[in-house]
Amino acid sequence: MSVRQPMPVQPADERAHNFKEVALGYTQEQAVAEAERCIECKKPQCVKGCPVNIDIPAFIKSMKTSDFDGAIDKIKETNSLPAVCGRVCPQETQCEMYCILGKKEGPVAIGRLERFCADYERGKGVKAPHRATSTGKHIAVVGSGPAGLAAASDLAKAGHEVTMFEALHSAGGVLIYGIPEFRLPKDIVAEEVDYIVQLGVELKSGYVIGKIKTIDEMKNEFDAIFLGTGAGLPNFMGIDGENLNGVYSANEFLTRVNLMKAYHFPQYDTPIKKGKNVIVVGGGNVAMDAARCALRLGADEVSIVYRRSDEELPARREEIDHAKEEGIVFRLLTNPVKILGDENLMVTGAECVKMELGEPDESGRRRPRVIEGSEHVVDADIVIMAIGTSPNPLVFEGAAGLNKSKWGTIIVDEAGMTSIDGVCAGGDVVTGAATVISAMGAGKLAAHTINEYLL
Amino acid sequence: MTYNILEKYEMVPTVHLMKIEAPDVAKAAKAGQFIILRIDETGERIPLTIADFNADEGYVTIIFQEMGKTTKHLAKLTIDDKLQDFVGPLGQPSEIEKIGTVVLVGGGVGVAPIYPQARAYRKAGNKVISIIGARSKDLLILEDEMRAESDELYITTDDGSKGHHGFVTQIVLKLLEGDEAIDRIVAIGPPVMMRAVAGVVAPFDVETLVSLNPVMVDGTGMCGGCRVLVDGETKFACVDGPEFDARKVDFNLMMSRLGLYRPEEANAVEAYEKECESETGCGGGCTCQ
Repeated sequence: MSVRQPMPVQPADERAHNFKEVALGYTQEQAVAEAERCIECKKPQCVKGCPVNIDIPAFIKSMKTSDFDGAIDKIKETNSLPAVCGRVCPQETQCEMYCILGKKEGPVAIGRLERFCADYERGKGVKAPHRATSTGKHIAVVGSGPAGLAAASDLAKAGHEVTMFEALHSAGGVLIYGIPEFRLPKDIVAEEVDYIVQLGVELKSGYVIGKIKTIDEMKNEFDAIFLGTGAGLPNFMGIDGENLNGVYSANEFLTRVNLMKAYHFPQYDTPIKKGKNVIVVGGGNVAMDAARCALRLGADEVSIVYRRSDEELPARREEIDHAKEEGIVFRLLTNPVKILGDENLMVTGAECVKMELGEPDESGRRRPRVIEGSEHVVDADIVIMAIGTSPNPLVFEGAAGLNKSKWGTIIVDEAGMTSIDGVCAGGDVVTGAATVISAMGAGKLAAHTINEYLL
Repeated sequence: MTYNILEKYEMVPTVHLMKIEAPDVAKAAKAGQFIILRIDETGERIPLTIADFNADEGYVTIIFQEMGKTTKHLAKLTIDDKLQDFVGPLGQPSEIEKIGTVVLVGGGVGVAPIYPQARAYRKAGNKVISIIGARSKDLLILEDEMRAESDELYITTDDGSKGHHGFVTQIVLKLLEGDEAIDRIVAIGPPVMMRAVAGVVAPFDVETLVSLNPVMVDGTGMCGGCRVLVDGETKFACVDGPEFDARKVDFNLMMSRLGLYRPEEANAVEAYEKECESETGCGGGCTCQ
């Protein structure tokens, strides 16, 4: 039996006070040892768990002989963002879930190996990619998040002239504004975006499509369009007191911290309220990120308030464990019903109720029910709402005939084509908030569809 | 991509005009919309209402008052400098059509965003009555420009140094009580002024719009930092606004939210001014000399 190599991490009591990366990455010895665990199945199952179809057995085989250059080349055949994916993909529900070793001794750490290869290449300098011969076709990619980056990468590799529009000042979408530095360093995102620019993609940042230019106008300028505008609109609960000072959407809190670097205030100009007692409402990865950012900013106590139990927390187990190790308090089976404030309209706490779990609902999770008479107040000066996001409707302004669902998502066919001919869409704007890698898979599918459309 | 500053001057003490080369923004801009700018890599994103734009010449004009660190820094830039980011146009444009008689109220630096509205209402065939106010005559901006685009122009100063001695609201009330039918009022200025206008118009049945400028980060509906309560409903000023029905805005909440970062802003201004005063602080990299 071979044991899965543990990931070296910054000690919890140290990392709770800094924004440096938590997971430090395998050493070369660890990487080779982990690669050697792969038993090279005749019918490998891992690949079918990968939304971007990385030839996992092949890259791991190269690693066994320390041929890391060969390994990264193999990965990059289908994935232009390996350093990102190696860090933030939920491998436990994808490639690693299918690993035959998983049943007995733990799956091969495919994600950590991918990260090692990407970091190895970054360490010695990423080689400039080969540029394809131009087809003369012009494609617009709207949004530079995971879906847009994946689509732009494949379209540029196919030789099209790609212009990628980004509303914010930095490319990367959720990789830049959402996921914190300590999980995904921003210089890594910048390097991977740069790689895609080197493929020949023109990046136009600070361009809000729907405002400066509409889809209707762009149809005349481009041969095809890909919409990967994500799910950027924060949801609120609709309870009393949500507009009080000190209530943030997770999007705002994380954007101030990650994109605007408010943790460096006043060296950076964007301020943020640090808070003494911080409540984060929600149980997903975004809630964990917000809670851990609040802790690193210097809050005395940060708690997650979640209406179901530990088992149903939608965040990755690794993130939940990291948060617990750092001292984040978990108030489970608890739900806020009202945000409380003082005469200056500043938050003072949240009135919460205790919940119990009843029968499973249509999502298969047990439905939470309020326990009568369980009202109690949790003191807080900052409340962060991390209960999900919806697609931003701006892209629909001036997009005649673009069909959307009642949830505001863009409707596409199985190939990723929208109701407008030549306009594809993919990622969170189609599915609602999901994972980085599923958005990348959708971006790749759309790129394939656009290639066929242009034939 | 960076943005050139084509023209820049101090209109009155602490109020500056800046023309920015931004052809794509200028082409798409409409009266009532705003832009978000960021001076440099460490800068914050601040929203400013568009004061003027010219699609043919490819520029957008902004007018701003020195308030926090960013606007103080902006005030020191010259035509040799560039802005890191200039995003827009953002927000919903004003719905300007021919409706009859429109009263436009601008207070302080709020006269700047009122100006393109005056021009647009005039062009649409309305009678434009404008009221512009300032603390004193030395702080009054765009008087000639507003006169040129208005059928009637009233000036008010708090200290009585020019025009009516008092507040814009007093003229608004006089007009409402007068014989002439007023079809719409648009008021833009400091929150206190807009709240006062909302109070004055309350007993009258006249559509009244205000343009809100709360704290924003992205300006595209992504952060929700700019949320305001309008008629009991939460709205995002950046995408649903910036113009709202004055009689339905919860001004107290809006004004308290505007003050949220005041302690941080004060610290930032103090640190910035200290840095500018010290001989070595900025290494001469800034243009404050």
